[in-house]
Amino acid sequence: MKVILKNLTKKFPNRNKKIKEDVVAVDNFDFEIPDGKLIGLLGPSGCGKSTTLNMISGLEKPTSGRIFFGDDDVTDLPAEHRGVGLVFQNYALYPHLTVRQNIIFPLQNLKGDKKMTMDAMNAKADEVAKLVQIGEYMDRRPSELSGGQQQRVAIARALVKTPRVLLLDEPLSNLDARLRLQTREEIKRIQRETGVTTIFVTHDQEEAMSISDMIVVMKDGRLMQMDKPQTVYDDPKNFFVAKFLGTPAINTFDGEVKSEKLYLGDSAVLNVPGVKDGPVYVGIRPEGFIPDENGPMECDLSAVEVMGRDTSIVSTHPAMTVVAIRSIILSENRPDATGNKVRFSLKPYKVLLFDKTTEERIYFDIK
Amino acid sequence: MKKLSSLKGWLYLLPAILFLGFFMVYPLIDVVMYSFEEGYNFASQSHFGYGLYNFKYVLHDPYFLQAVKNTFIIVIITVPLSTGIALLISLGLNSIKPLKELYQTVYFLPYVTNTLAVGLVFMILFKKTAYSEGLVNLLLNSLGMSSVDFIDGPYWAKIFVMCFYTIWVVMPFKILILTSALAGVKKDYYNAARVDGTSKCRIFYKITLPMISPMIFYLVITGFIGAFKAYADEVAIFGTNLNAAGMNTIVGYVYDMLYGNSGGYPSYASAASLILFAIVFTITVINLLISKKNVQY
Repeated sequence: MKVILKNLTKKFPNRNKKIKEDVVAVDNFDFEIPDGKLIGLLGPSGCGKSTTLNMISGLEKPTSGRIFFGDDDVTDLPAEHRGVGLVFQNYALYPHLTVRQNIIFPLQNLKGDKKMTMDAMNAKADEVAKLVQIGEYMDRRPSELSGGQQQRVAIARALVKTPRVLLLDEPLSNLDARLRLQTREEIKRIQRETGVTTIFVTHDQEEAMSISDMIVVMKDGRLMQMDKPQTVYDDPKNFFVAKFLGTPAINTFDGEVKSEKLYLGDSAVLNVPGVKDGPVYVGIRPEGFIPDENGPMECDLSAVEVMGRDTSIVSTHPAMTVVAIRSIILSENRPDATGNKVRFSLKPYKVLLFDKTTEERIYFDIK
Repeated sequence: MKKLSSLKGWLYLLPAILFLGFFMVYPLIDVVMYSFEEGYNFASQSHFGYGLYNFKYVLHDPYFLQAVKNTFIIVIITVPLSTGIALLISLGLNSIKPLKELYQTVYFLPYVTNTLAVGLVFMILFKKTAYSEGLVNLLLNSLGMSSVDFIDGPYWAKIFVMCFYTIWVVMPFKILILTSALAGVKKDYYNAARVDGTSKCRIFYKITLPMISPMIFYLVITGFIGAFKAYADEVAIFGTNLNAAGMNTIVGYVYDMLYGNSGGYPSYASAASLILFAIVFTITVINLLISKKNVQY
């Protein structure tokens, strides 16, 4: 099922009653989610991700704008008629019911000609339980399950009614690191097997990058960029997206373009054909540095951290706007860093320029 | 070394042990002793022998039987009613936003009001005097019904006032506990249920009620115990001569046997209080067994 959001806006009245102006949680949101894809809604906390999800689920009413599932306008439909499955961050499994009772709970709500017999409900429950691999725990209570298992029960409960859209609110944040890795693969697999359009909210970029077909990056209720994970990383549309994605984070500098050359501090570090003169924000990905004795960029070396396959060189540069520059290189290319200076040349496609006022990306020709 | 530290432990426990020993254990043993001492003479502090006569006497005393009957009626009527009404009010309080705090305060007022003061208010509401019929009677009259003497009149009227009063007095605490229990149910459960299209009724029976069931059982158990120990409320309405009013309770009977006009019989009082203990104990055990079966998490 395709999900389309049209000019979706949500305003909340300000808590501070003296301020008349409303708080805009989601601002003119406009995007289309293709059928059967897994979409990651990514953004820092408080950027309106969960509000967006709640509006899609119907728990929250948008201030303006429309929501479509396929061709159906569901904006005015109450949550129960939208056919969504919702998984909460803390799972919200009913503690007094067994796993089976939890899973069939939504089915027992069906009325009229949709009403199912107990046998049919149990069969359906067994089917989804098998899909999420919790078949052996059907008679346990949620408190007797691990976090990962509880998460899967929650997904099973959301899937049992064969929803048109599956929504996951921070599905992995309550799990420990190892389970998180496992569970996200699991979510991907379940999504592939069911083919249900899935939207999940996360503030963890790695999570979003690793399993999403598409990432929607949000900031302050506005859509920053929506694209395939790799594209969002390689080709960020603005400074925020560049800074938000990537671990270690992108190294940022205050730079200046003079006669199609990029200056960091006093030295020209890169040719940037086609860019007008003027100050710019510069972002260089950690993997964009090549240790080079004759390289144009000179940095003060702070530390060399060996991590096996990779080596990370921590250094400083007068023009930087981060605490330290971190560059990642393959360990075999590690320079003999004996002095307190290190020189780099740069990979042009890992250097990103942004306008100082609009923070929009400035493209240059890469030869 | 080990011995020393265990001695130290006992030393720390000593104040509590002494205190509980003097004021709880010793009197308890004493009560049991009293209850078996036959023909105890208060003046000479002597008795003839030991036996079950005190129990036999108490169990055949019409005043005691009346007290047991009254107590049971109060328990059976007030505990379920007060808990049920408190639950309804809490649900209401939980679902409104404006004026919620005002209502909460209003509903809590009886809790901080003195029992006797409340009793006085009830007298004004219900008592017929030479000068006035009482507010309730005025109301009944205006509806075309004849006056009822609630304080000195027929038994059912007195029981009605008694139960009304008891419910009114115990309700604030129950509302307080239940509103906080309801507020403690995570919103996500309701949201999950809403997305799944659960009807309001089903949400209440399948989610809200089980979630707050531990608190409900707590209220029922303490409610039972409290109602079995009712006494002060009766005095507040019907005065100190409860036997004459036919409104005595078990605790009232115990008090009368000790200090009342027919007082000076600690043996009978002890026997009666042991009987009360047995009743409360049995009921509480039954309650706990039921709650273990139904409160499932």
